[in-house]
Amino acid sequence: MSERAPAVLIVGAGPAGTRAAETLVAHGVRPVVVDEGLRSGGQIYRQPPEGFSRPASALYGFEARKAEAVHAALAAVRESIDYRPGTLVWNVEGGVAQTLGPEGVGRIAFDSLILATGAMDRVIPFPGWTLPGAFTMGGAQVALKAQGCAIGEPVVFMGTGPLLYLVAYQYAHAGARVAAILDTSSAADALPVLPGLLWGGRTFAKGLWYMTWPRTAGIPVRRGIVPVAAEGEGALEAVRYRDRRGREHRVACTGLGIGYGVKSEVQLAELAGCEMAFDPLAQQWLPEADGDGRARDGAVYLAGDGAGVAGADAAELRGRLAALAWLADHGIAVDRGERARLRAKLRRIMRFRDALERALPVPFHLARALPDETVICRCEVITAGEIRQGRALDPAELNRAKAYTRVGMGRCQGRVCGPAAAQILADARGCDVAEVGRLRGQAPVKPLGIRAGALAAVEDNSRAASI
Amino acid sequence: MSTQSPGATCRLVRVAETERPGVTVFHGARPLPALAGDTLLTALLCNGVALRRSEFDEGLRAGFCNMGACQDCWVTLEDGSRIRACTTEVQDGMRIRALDGP
Repeated sequence: MSERAPAVLIVGAGPAGTRAAETLVAHGVRPVVVDEGLRSGGQIYRQPPEGFSRPASALYGFEARKAEAVHAALAAVRESIDYRPGTLVWNVEGGVAQTLGPEGVGRIAFDSLILATGAMDRVIPFPGWTLPGAFTMGGAQVALKAQGCAIGEPVVFMGTGPLLYLVAYQYAHAGARVAAILDTSSAADALPVLPGLLWGGRTFAKGLWYMTWPRTAGIPVRRGIVPVAAEGEGALEAVRYRDRRGREHRVACTGLGIGYGVKSEVQLAELAGCEMAFDPLAQQWLPEADGDGRARDGAVYLAGDGAGVAGADAAELRGRLAALAWLADHGIAVDRGERARLRAKLRRIMRFRDALERALPVPFHLARALPDETVICRCEVITAGEIRQGRALDPAELNRAKAYTRVGMGRCQGRVCGPAAAQILADARGCDVAEVGRLRGQAPVKPLGIRAGALAAVEDNSRAASI
Repeated sequence: MSTQSPGATCRLVRVAETERPGVTVFHGARPLPALAGDTLLTALLCNGVALRRSEFDEGLRAGFCNMGACQDCWVTLEDGSRIRACTTEVQDGMRIRALDGP
């Protein structure tokens, strides 16, 4: 008699989750795939709702073929997996994932978990950033890609990272007016890491093209800038910045996209018991895993940007590798040559990513220098000054500062403000940012309506009573 | 300032995909034109400047991450349930509580 096949739960149906599912199916395994999105593709290859008509080339540009391939891969295994779109995994505990989906709360028992939870924009607050009209860079891209809307007229993009130039290009290409691209990084940042950037090959070439394109389109690009403030009566009307010589400028706009690269969504990995380690380059605590994504032997595997940001191409490779690792760990024969090829490709991308992070450095120091009155936690409206004053109570780490000041206590659970709050607290304490720790991941990882929470509790109670 | 005043600057500007069938959502008593496939965030911000008031200061809020992570775009439906505007697709006749407040 064969034993019951081990149950594999994949969280996320972006490039990593999709390739993981496809790989398992190819080896005769039927995973459950839970995805918050209503359609597969994740954020990077997000699909618009039914009834939208732009072709993939208009939505995804150079990446159109990759996007279509990832969508097709999920569609091809649709009947061979237990696919649950529009469903949030809000807790993982003791081999059970608790979910909230179209049919309400649910539980999925699993033996193994493959987490492909993706990333969101990394944000450094600055005065006025809570005004209506300011969106994250990714949010600005979603508005255009999935809704056919620009976030304003005209729009300014500010920050750094690959999305800065890409989203500006997509906006201009779609006929939206882009007033300026304001980049906190400088060409000088890229010079020392040029050899590493060359590992990017075509990706690097595309990046250079996106960076030079605005000049030919007459869109002003300013590098080495410092954000000063977003301003307006009740809603965004302009953004002010200082150029590299310290002169202040004002650009009128009703939409502002801000972002400094993206950061991993790690809450579920932490709840699943992964060891967390501080990554000095990303300045983020990340779940630990080996090169194939093994985080806890046989139980938890990590893939894609949720396990450290490396981009969509890497996410596909990491999804495949995590699934192959799971298969090998469970005694199912896999093609060793394929694994070696995937690992080699991934290594090349990682070399490029490392150089890219240095070429477009995240100006974490800007958070430390913010004026006291700047709102840091937008959920609870907690200012930089309040975090600094909370220092008087001597919070040794970030969770204590949260208890004293409510920074990170709001509905986003510190996803948005956490990195900046850590920098401000570390600065106030005069210590390294790693020393102040991280805001702990807590269930539910996203807010649930009280009814959903109550229903889950009732279910748990009746389950306990019936044991 | 009202979060949804006719004629006021709108936050979002449609630049593509405008051939979809029209639907109507209600913000308080006011009918707002929207398109099938809009998220509630899109529908509201194509007709006004904000979604809600901040709970802790005078500021208006109009969403931020647009991908279900920052929780800035919660609105209240007429039945009192709270939903995230950026991840909810509109249905014809949907009614959202106006939060124009005092």
